[in-house]
Amino acid sequence: MDFEPSDDQRLLVESVTRMLSDTYSFAQRKTYMSQPEGYSPAIWSQFAEQGLLGLPFAEEHGGFGGGAQEIMLVMQAFGRALVLEPFFPTVVLAGTALNVAGTADQKAAILPAIAEGSLKLAFAHGERQARYDLTDVITTATRSGSAWLLDGSKTVVSHGEAADKIIVSARTSGDRHDADGITLFLVNTGSSGVARRGYQSRDDTRAADISLSNVAVSEADVLGEVGRGLPVIQRIVEAAIAATAGETVGAMEAMNEMTLEYTKTRVQFGNPIGSYQVVQHRLADMFMTQEQGRSMAMLATMSIDNPDDAARAHDIALAKVGIGQAGRYVSQSAVQMHGGIGMTEEYAVGHYFRRCMVIERLFGDPAYYLHKLAAAVA
Amino acid sequence: MDLRFTPEERAFREEVRTFIRENLPADTRDRMKLGHPPRKDDTVRWQRILNAKGWAALSWPKEWGGPGWTAIQKMIFLEENLMAPAPELLSFNITMLGPVLLQFGTEAQKQRFLPRAANLDDWWCQGFSEPGAGSDLASLKTAARLDGDTYVVNGQKIWTSTAHNADWCFLLVRTDPNARKRQEGISFLLVDMKTPGITVRPIISIDNSHHLNEVFFDDVKVPVAMRIHAENKGWDVAKFLLGNERTGIARLGKSRERVSAAVSMAKEVNFGGAPLIEDQIFRQRVAQLQVDMKALEITQYRVVSAYDRAKGAGKPDPLSSVLKVKGTELLQATSELAVDVAGPLATPMWAQELEALNEPDELMEAGSAGTGGYLMLRAASIYGGTNEIQKNILTKAVLGL
Repeated sequence: MDFEPSDDQRLLVESVTRMLSDTYSFAQRKTYMSQPEGYSPAIWSQFAEQGLLGLPFAEEHGGFGGGAQEIMLVMQAFGRALVLEPFFPTVVLAGTALNVAGTADQKAAILPAIAEGSLKLAFAHGERQARYDLTDVITTATRSGSAWLLDGSKTVVSHGEAADKIIVSARTSGDRHDADGITLFLVNTGSSGVARRGYQSRDDTRAADISLSNVAVSEADVLGEVGRGLPVIQRIVEAAIAATAGETVGAMEAMNEMTLEYTKTRVQFGNPIGSYQVVQHRLADMFMTQEQGRSMAMLATMSIDNPDDAARAHDIALAKVGIGQAGRYVSQSAVQMHGGIGMTEEYAVGHYFRRCMVIERLFGDPAYYLHKLAAAVA
Repeated sequence: MDLRFTPEERAFREEVRTFIRENLPADTRDRMKLGHPPRKDDTVRWQRILNAKGWAALSWPKEWGGPGWTAIQKMIFLEENLMAPAPELLSFNITMLGPVLLQFGTEAQKQRFLPRAANLDDWWCQGFSEPGAGSDLASLKTAARLDGDTYVVNGQKIWTSTAHNADWCFLLVRTDPNARKRQEGISFLLVDMKTPGITVRPIISIDNSHHLNEVFFDDVKVPVAMRIHAENKGWDVAKFLLGNERTGIARLGKSRERVSAAVSMAKEVNFGGAPLIEDQIFRQRVAQLQVDMKALEITQYRVVSAYDRAKGAGKPDPLSSVLKVKGTELLQATSELAVDVAGPLATPMWAQELEALNEPDELMEAGSAGTGGYLMLRAASIYGGTNEIQKNILTKAVLGL
């Protein structure tokens, strides 16, 4: 076991951190939010120039050849800066889908375009009725000649509006909750029958509901095996959990630093509130929670490549519960320690709070995974 | 970063597990499996078995009988030993006195005490706390007056764990009552418990056991040669002792052992007409503990691998305060779980009269013993620097407040 980043990883973190400190102050971020896309296309190009958009892809596809550890480190930096750009859906979600299930042709066509910043993707799996149940898919795909026709709707698709292509799950056989019979498709958002309704999410990023009505998809755009989409979806979700765990660590660090700074400067009863032990011990609890959360982000990251499906799922579930609870505790405490100012939209701490809240319920919340862990107690 | 155990580390765990399974005396194992604490002779016998194998003096250099393990290996050993469950190495000897002697002791002191401490030929106890000096340790009053080449010690220590078993005591005394700062007038002495003038009085704790003591010193003569480090520099020694690599303090293996004992018992006891193990709320409680134990496990490995990298030269890692707080919270939560599972069977004392009345009943005995552990572990957040003091340490060391 070795928890120290390698020299290359250190350089990666330094360069990302430097870029973000130049371009991503809280005030700058507000201007990105107000752009039509809900983020900054200029920053997106910078990500491409820095090689971040090809981080987990093979070098032959214009990538950096990185893995879950590099993603964790970058997401941690993104979490500190509350990055708005669609890195997570494009590189983490869709990138994982293509890495896991893409054919050589699909990878060659898509990954270099992602890496150079010219193609954005989203992952449209969740449906309104499904809550966290990954098998609950009623969107259908039926064969029609040499193509597939997709019908149904997907909800709360992260950066669904910005995407040029979406990876859509649809049922090609079986009933609503069946594990078999789900297939993934690569759908161009410009295709006839695709309608997107975008909205702002609580975490300041954009999301969309997507409806599909007789959308024709060619056989070449089936991603993975027909009917065997669920294991791929699970891999995507696991990568998402590890990445957002890293992001949560960054957000917790930022909140703890802000809170510490605030308690040193905020004077009440003639002293900085940080001189009061009741406040100090809350800060100590927040720090301990952050470190336990960091351990869980590391657990998720180290589990991603474990070939043992059951062990991997178990560790990911442990990590998801732990990081979710940690993010919630630190967020709530950070607002509490700030008092009134922590309640305001103009102050950053509430934005971290809301990002953690959104992350907590991406692909299953702590209660959901605790339930899974409970079922496995023996 | 490589966040997995190496094949060597996995093989090492297997080796440790096998050795413990094959060498832990059956009567000790049976007692401890039921949740009883080890008896004095259980601890002595097991530490000698480990010492013969070269596995007792964990963080000591090889020349003094240490196993030459990495910190990760040491962690694996401690976890396996607790999960067995087997008696723990006597921490006074191994993690407190040993490193202090290695750092500050004279050659003669090392020669005389280290091998005997490793083999538990001498049982050591720690004379730190006093009635007026708990968390505020530097306010201690027990006085040592120099008379020729002998200190004459007068005063009282309290909460002295296992003093009644002890052959020797390492003791903090005040040698300069007029020092400018309280910390500057303290010395560190080694005292033979058979010295005239020492009185040990039991304090029975809430688990009804005799673990704690008061120790009185009445004109107790201690040769100057038994002082560690310079006179009035004892606080440095105490700080070293308390800050020294304390990663074992989380005792995670003990928490894991308590959860698995609770789960086993939950298969035997009834809840609403079915085994308790089938109850959702019980299972969720176990699941939450698994989450918290896993987080602590990783944090623990982070601390020890950083320690390995620094070759032990670094300052104490403030994360060890996290280990202490979170580890003891888990010891308490897991022992509480075991008591809750036992239900009414948690209430008997399993004293002699009960034993005389009943046929052997392992479920009842485990219920009773589990309660003893639960009660005793209320001390976990008090000893070794209360958890409140740990949070003070964190606010200072990490937050700079």
